[in-house]
Amino acid sequence: AGGGSAPQASAAEDGGKPAPERVLFPPTFSVSEIKNKQRRHFMFLRWKQQQRKEKLAAKKKRRKEREALGDKAPPKAIPKTIENQRVYDETTVDPNDEEVAFDEATDEFAPYFNRQTVPKILITTSDRPRGRTVRFCEQLSTVIPNSHVYYRRGLALKRIIPQCIARDFTDLIVINEDRKIPNGLVLSHLPDGPTAHFRMSSVRLRKEIKRKGKEPTEHVPEVILNNFTTRLGHSVGRMFASLFPHDPQFIGRQVATFHNQRDYIFFRFHRYIFKSEKKVGIQELGPRFTLKLRSLQKGTFDSKFGEYEWIHKRREMDTSRRKFHL
Amino acid sequence: RTKTQNFCRNEYNLTGLCNRSSCPLANSQYATIREEKGRCYLYMKVVERAPFPRRLWERVLLSKNYEKALEEIDENLIYWPRFIRHKCKQRFTKITQYLIRIRKLTLKRQRKLVPLRRKIERREKRREEKALVAAQLDNAIEKELLERLKQDTYGDIYNFPIHAFDKALQQQEAESESESDAEREEEDDEDMDKREFVEADDSDLSDFEDMDKLETSSEEEQEEEKEVEKKASHSKSKGKTPLKGPARRKRPYIEIEYEEETEPASKTKAA
Repeated sequence: AGGGSAPQASAAEDGGKPAPERVLFPPTFSVSEIKNKQRRHFMFLRWKQQQRKEKLAAKKKRRKEREALGDKAPPKAIPKTIENQRVYDETTVDPNDEEVAFDEATDEFAPYFNRQTVPKILITTSDRPRGRTVRFCEQLSTVIPNSHVYYRRGLALKRIIPQCIARDFTDLIVINEDRKIPNGLVLSHLPDGPTAHFRMSSVRLRKEIKRKGKEPTEHVPEVILNNFTTRLGHSVGRMFASLFPHDPQFIGRQVATFHNQRDYIFFRFHRYIFKSEKKVGIQELGPRFTLKLRSLQKGTFDSKFGEYEWIHKRREMDTSRRKFHL
Repeated sequence: RTKTQNFCRNEYNLTGLCNRSSCPLANSQYATIREEKGRCYLYMKVVERAPFPRRLWERVLLSKNYEKALEEIDENLIYWPRFIRHKCKQRFTKITQYLIRIRKLTLKRQRKLVPLRRKIERREKRREEKALVAAQLDNAIEKELLERLKQDTYGDIYNFPIHAFDKALQQQEAESESESDAEREEEDDEDMDKREFVEADDSDLSDFEDMDKLETSSEEEQEEEKEVEKKASHSKSKGKTPLKGPARRKRPYIEIEYEEETEPASKTKAA
């Protein structure tokens, strides 16, 4: 009580007047021990000011030292970001990995990458799509060339898949909706290809994006796939790449981007123009959405008997903040 | 609770409403239909068994056949008041109908409701926002496009990359084994463009596999192309003029012009 009351007395003396020079902070004292909220708040602010001052002083000192050393100064410390601190995933693909290259040459996308097949996409929704979903489907079909939208009235997925294969579709996209907004995406490569189930969020239709561009034209856009580093990311990336025809038409100057950041895949659709050799301007047109992978299945869509290559298990996989799977 | 009626909570109630005539507690002689696991039973309660609560309700299994079951109800409830008989049959009808509906629905696809966890949802939303900020999408896209421009994946639709040309030139001079002509190497460079642009959409992923293929194929074709002519695609300015389809055909069809004058002409046009 004696030690505690002395600083309180000094605070009482100061009242509300800031007197930072005469701040006493005996080592056992901590700001959180004062019971009075006003005084506690006041002391806390003072403590904060002091910390800031010390930090500034330390920074100045360091800078002076660095200048004094000149060339011999140690290199600047890189700030830690989540991407820097990412837990190393052992399935990260090394560009020279032969096994991966061999796998990719023989997996289900090989015919696409060898240009034997032209992608033909079927976009559909779950039962009874509401307005937003319908419009989103339409916009998506303008973005992806050679795609068709068909509505589903109670048709079982298992039954439409053989029909699609018969009609030469290469991919199937099902947009699942909940309470009138699309919230899930199932992407299935048809001739017995992998099926990826995503959770979709922050969907912006074209009119909601702040821009003044026109609609996407019919030209085949380019595709950018960023940051797909692990094996899993690689296969997902290839899935996305196989949606678009292999030969982009550069006159269209359109680019579709799938950017993976911390397991969230952001999709954007832009039109670019090279203003000069070092500068490019982009203008966003087309819908945007973000996806998060929930599961990847080996065969086509089959929720009960399918063989899952990867499922997101919350308990096991979300344990670390620095660990990402894509 | 409707405007005029209460609901009865007793599970043996026949109609579901709380009336003097349909309360199982108020009547000493009562009958109900209840179903268990898809089978219907007729439950009966009579005065004689009133002191034996455990044996109070007598249970009779009804047949699966609708008409036969109705007959069974009739013969079990013979001499019973009309009201109870009638209501029993009505209830039985209703129960069989909803059982049929259940069976039909289980055959169709059923919507599986997955509960969302609010905490997790919030967490994901926050993480997504942070990831969006960290991604800096516009910068990333611009960088990628400039990279592709530098690597000449766009061929020469864009005429300004003079520095890129020179850089690629130097690269070519270092790499190429067959030719020593400067003019030849310039055109080889442009052939590289023609080949490279086609791979643009998955240059990220398949850089390692396709670039190897490209390298070898380009070196092969350098030998072959001595007599091939290139189309005057220099005349085409930035991407606005429509490129003709045949001009952008796949690899085998390449024409090279030997003229040197066109090169500086296009460069000055761009400048």
